[in-house]
Amino acid sequence: MSQPVLSLSGVSKAFPGVRALSKVSLDLFPGEVTALIGENGAGKSTVVKILTGIHMPDEGEIRINGKPVLFATPHDAANAGVTAIHQETVLFDELSVAENIYLGHAPRTRFGLVDWTAMNRDAAALLLSIGASLDPQARLRDLGIASKHLVAIARAMSIDARVVIMDEPTAALSAKEIGELYALIETLKARGKAILFISHKFDEIFRIADRYTVFRDGEHVASGLIDEVTPGRLVQLMVGRSVDQLFPKRVRNPGDAVLTVAGYSHPTEFEDINFSLRRGEILGFYGLVGAGRSEVMQALFGLTQPSRGAVNLAGRVAAIRSPADAIDLGIVYVPEDRGKQGVILGLPIVHNVSLPSLNVTSRAGFLRMAEEFKLARAYTARLDLRAAALDQDVGTLSGGNQQKVVIAKWLATKPKVIILDEPTKGIDIGSKAAVHEFMAELASEGLAVLMVSSEIPEIIGMSDRVIVMRDGRIATEFANDGLTPEMLVSAAAGIGVDKAAA
Amino acid sequence: MTMRRLLQSREAILLAVLVAMVLAIAARFPQFAAPASLANVFNDTAILIILALGQMVVILTRCIDLSVAANLALTGMIVALASLAAPAIPVPLLILMALAIGGALGAVNGILVWKAHIPPIVVTLGTLTIYRGVIFLISGGEWINAHEMSDAFKAFPRTVILGLPVLSWIAIATVALFAVLVTRMPLGRAFYAVGGNPHAAVYTGIDVGRTRFAAFVISGALAGLCGYLWVARYAVAYVDIAAGFELDVIAACVIGGISIAGGIGSAGGAVLGALFIGVIKNALPVINVSPFWQLAISGLAIILAVAFNARAERRKGRVILKRAEQAA
Repeated sequence: MSQPVLSLSGVSKAFPGVRALSKVSLDLFPGEVTALIGENGAGKSTVVKILTGIHMPDEGEIRINGKPVLFATPHDAANAGVTAIHQETVLFDELSVAENIYLGHAPRTRFGLVDWTAMNRDAAALLLSIGASLDPQARLRDLGIASKHLVAIARAMSIDARVVIMDEPTAALSAKEIGELYALIETLKARGKAILFISHKFDEIFRIADRYTVFRDGEHVASGLIDEVTPGRLVQLMVGRSVDQLFPKRVRNPGDAVLTVAGYSHPTEFEDINFSLRRGEILGFYGLVGAGRSEVMQALFGLTQPSRGAVNLAGRVAAIRSPADAIDLGIVYVPEDRGKQGVILGLPIVHNVSLPSLNVTSRAGFLRMAEEFKLARAYTARLDLRAAALDQDVGTLSGGNQQKVVIAKWLATKPKVIILDEPTKGIDIGSKAAVHEFMAELASEGLAVLMVSSEIPEIIGMSDRVIVMRDGRIATEFANDGLTPEMLVSAAAGIGVDKAAA
Repeated sequence: MTMRRLLQSREAILLAVLVAMVLAIAARFPQFAAPASLANVFNDTAILIILALGQMVVILTRCIDLSVAANLALTGMIVALASLAAPAIPVPLLILMALAIGGALGAVNGILVWKAHIPPIVVTLGTLTIYRGVIFLISGGEWINAHEMSDAFKAFPRTVILGLPVLSWIAIATVALFAVLVTRMPLGRAFYAVGGNPHAAVYTGIDVGRTRFAAFVISGALAGLCGYLWVARYAVAYVDIAAGFELDVIAACVIGGISIAGGIGSAGGAVLGALFIGVIKNALPVINVSPFWQLAISGLAIILAVAFNARAERRKGRVILKRAEQAA
């Protein structure tokens, strides 16, 4: 076995409140593609950030060709020949292709000025060598994502990179472009580059990778040659853990159907979505990032317009053309990015809570402050909001209390259906339990809950039923009865369940 | 507690600065602080106050309207021409006309911001130039002078009721109207929400584009109203009236504590900001300060106001400690 060109050993990294990596190891070999596999939160992106010098590991060692190195800055990593191609490639839209390739190490003339002729000539040669037919003088913003990847790869070649990290490079590419990317990866392998390939798509991994490494919850689980493993085994390695978190016990007795969605389609985002949701039910939506779950929810909330399909709310056909329509009909959406899309800083707590309910609290076109305070007091008290006064600026509250304001705001509209998008993303364990507790309470009071989540324990622990989406369609629907993580991951990644059981 | 917060508010501090300024001037020139003189200053500032209120709602939504002065000049010219062509048109009808024309010009800005998604500063820079050009086209570059205007046309803003000219009363009424609009009406709340966090506003069912459109129409309608008032008061209409006045209007808002980043500000602040500029413009000539220093002092006041507001924003830390939450 050849010597790894880059090797991590015993690397740990902790962030406040979270241990992202715990003594992981990872080896990358020249001329080989290593697939890094793991669920969301397994520590893949932290490894990428350590390898590219964005984060420093708390302990452990990085070796290049056997020699220990220290990546204190992204510059150090680049100098050591490690380069990354991200999902959203970090390049400069307003510069030309050649400038992007040579930014920071452009060829100079005798007088120390940028040698444009040489730069464009070298860039053309470099692009040709990786089989990319791009004009070096084209402006980057005019290129598609696939071409931008090519530019990023050409840049990697220009600084003589030894290690190329590809973080979900195919996420936004068409089938044809993916084919071209595979060909390029073969070229890079032939030149002895070591490639770290991060993907959620198993067909890709088995098509392109030579080796695999599996992370789970920040720990290294397994590594080996891809020829010696099956997709089913990889899924087991990824999720192989008991759902040991505690979830609130719920009496499950869903009532009548509140929301029925039939044949719901969008020109580019999702197709043929059918489901029904009942009173007091929690319906989980699982899938890979980009499977179209949030997009379906945004259409239901009137943020985007579906091209076909019908929504039936409490037995009546609902026309939802704007969020205002959705709120009037009793559908509310608690978005994923609550910091950005939740509270309105500068407005006091009371006005944040009453904002979607102003048509109730005002009379004859005039706001009634007393009514607003009454509403805000009722719902913030229910959520045990810690605030000295309801007329203080919401920005003075802690993050957890701001979340309570957001939820109080929605409950105050007395919704029939509440959509929670990644309800516990980025919050600590204690708060998670509180959110789960609260969801259970809402359902027991007859509210219908749609929960989009990428966390398997949460999906299994909270849902009555689970819909798995893949590539904009519903892949499977499971009753939550003996549901296993393997079944969810297999359905989301598109592997036959029988294979997964092998 | 509430009293303390009121005294520490931006508006209270600005009011204190304003009073101190008037007292300082009065110390050397007591006649400046005489009621009649102060009423004069107020009347001179009336148009600035009205425009600053319109600008305030636009800035609250994270936009800016650079076209107010051009709108004022164009509407003023149209109204003057209309009155010239048909002197029988009664003044109330002319005022309605001015509001409608100004509102329509504002709607042009609003539509471009809402439907074409062009940044407001670019839209209004464009319309500012276009509106000025249109004045030249319809007037042929000619002046309309006092003797061409009917007496009723000129007299209305100067008519004194209860000791104050109608112009001042219109400003006072506008202040009252806007105080109610921004604190007591859903549209006013929407202005704050859209400017404070447009992403979150969308999720609460507020149509961000439509709200901004409404702000531009309001700002435009007030600019139109001021068009008539300006032309009637100064009894002259030509291409360049109120040239550059939009900068005074924006300065008044900024001094009055209306955040250029949107979402923060009050009607009281806009009024005090306008009065601040009005006092400087009226008082400095009285105490023989050169026009250069007037500009420099206005400029300094803008920078100080922004620096002060930025500091006030920064000082606010997050409350994380439980006991601090109780104390806050």
